[in-house]
Amino acid sequence: MTDIAYRGHVARRPPEATMERSSVQRLVIAAGLLFLGIVLFLPLASVFFEAFRQGIDHYVASISEPDALAAIRLTLMVAVVAVPLNMAFGVVASWAIAKFEFRGKSFLITLIDLPFSVSPVIAGLIYVLLFGAQGFLGPWLSAHNIEIIFALPGIVLATMFVTFPFVARELIPLMQEQGTDEEEAAISLGASGWQTFRRITLPNIRWGLLYGVLLCNARAMGEFGAVAVVSGKIRGITNTMPLQVEILYNEYNFAAAFAVASLLALLALLTLVLKSFLEWRYGDHIAAAARH
Amino acid sequence: MAHSLTTIPNPLRLSRPSIIPGYGLTMGLTVTYLSLIVLLPLSALVAKSASLGWVEFWRLALDDRTLAAVRLSVSAAFGAALVNLFFGILLAWVFTRYRFPGRKLLDAMVDLPFALPTAVAGIALTAIYAPNGWIGSLATMLGWKIAYTPIGIIIALTFIGLPFVVRTVQPIIQDLDRDVEEASATLGASRWQTLRRVVLPTLAPAALTGFALALARGIGEYGSVIFIAGNLPYKSEIAPLLIVIRLEEFNYAAATAVGAMMLAISFTMLLLINLIQAWSRRRYAND
Repeated sequence: MTDIAYRGHVARRPPEATMERSSVQRLVIAAGLLFLGIVLFLPLASVFFEAFRQGIDHYVASISEPDALAAIRLTLMVAVVAVPLNMAFGVVASWAIAKFEFRGKSFLITLIDLPFSVSPVIAGLIYVLLFGAQGFLGPWLSAHNIEIIFALPGIVLATMFVTFPFVARELIPLMQEQGTDEEEAAISLGASGWQTFRRITLPNIRWGLLYGVLLCNARAMGEFGAVAVVSGKIRGITNTMPLQVEILYNEYNFAAAFAVASLLALLALLTLVLKSFLEWRYGDHIAAAARH
Repeated sequence: MAHSLTTIPNPLRLSRPSIIPGYGLTMGLTVTYLSLIVLLPLSALVAKSASLGWVEFWRLALDDRTLAAVRLSVSAAFGAALVNLFFGILLAWVFTRYRFPGRKLLDAMVDLPFALPTAVAGIALTAIYAPNGWIGSLATMLGWKIAYTPIGIIIALTFIGLPFVVRTVQPIIQDLDRDVEEASATLGASRWQTLRRVVLPTLAPAALTGFALALARGIGEYGSVIFIAGNLPYKSEIAPLLIVIRLEEFNYAAATAVGAMMLAISFTMLLLINLIQAWSRRRYAND
């Protein structure tokens, strides 16, 4: 693993003044790889190893039993509601912020970014304080038979909170970079605001939008802390996939826990592949802040 | 950045005039949605804290178990952020300066902690570092215990915080002016001296930003930690877990007090990060 260096390559060239010696390079690369291996790759490998430990039949049975299927369905349902809402918000907010000059703009951006600075558990807690049985609106909600906490609406709200900034934070710098010239030209030529957005702005931001939605979706489907607080963890009803993983694990049903976890790990890997592809193919159409 | 509007801002107007339509509509929707999803719920936490009364709030917030949990969350996050500071700079350097097979794949994989659900990371790390796990069993032979101790918490937070320093430092290394390093070498500095005296100071603001981001993320982290931590009160119980425990006891007052403390820490970190970033922007703008 460590002998991947380029002995011949280096020998041909005189050592550069701005390069480390090749022996040093190999040592530094080895240290980096060792660190990544211990912290990143072994855990990732262990997910699949543990999932298939009791054989493929057990794996298939674990992910197709009714509670697991219910968790998969719920996770998809939450993402289907939360992601489009946050996507629409992201587009609307970045139109307001990037296309106009107004006071307090950077303060507004800070507020939009706020959910990233708050612990996911707090995200759950605040909805419990608002809508829970002892919460501010609890008595009114129970009088009207509306269930939010320990039910689907609470899970969706908590997910929306934690994934709130993803699309906006991708689109704002992108649209600021693109400026307003094209939109102004379209409006001057008689296009309506909606036409301008559809024909000019949307094509300009589509890859950035997709990038933001991709990250938003990954977090929405994988969120654990915020959802754990508001869901009540009722098997087959309010258990999302990450919560199902926790419950199975705490019941010492490790193979089943890792089987469900392996689906989430596959989702994460798929997200990374698509993200890398977007960065590679459409890097110029994605905000500078996200590129590297 | 394009500034096509050259009108001088009128101090009495909130926004500058523009021929692009939709300002009122989009701004109205933005503020409404932001208030409903983020600001209003967050103010519920503040309102609940206020309703407890000054004395009761501090009694709950300064409770021994709460303080121990907050201290553990902050110190473990600090330790993990330090590990990430060192390896983050190292990896950013390796990915931008060195060429070796598999480099791009490894570089892309650094973002895994952002994409992998925290619960999955938590059980996977526990499986590896538990006494019967791949690394845990090696540690046991040496007489060490990793999982179910604060060391395990630091490992989980190291995983969670891994991408921050790498991603803040990488673009700075990419834009480094090699001439400066060459000048330093020409003037007789050894490679190590050049790295220490010329390169590292340039990376410092970005690295510090990444460090602060990893620290902030680590303090509030829950999912990846609870499986590996052991969760013993006063010893290995993190602050977010204590909130969950209090909520499960239906002790909303105590949960609120811990939550308010955590929120105060988050806001302090946010302010700190903004200050570091402002300093960082000034530094890199001058180069």
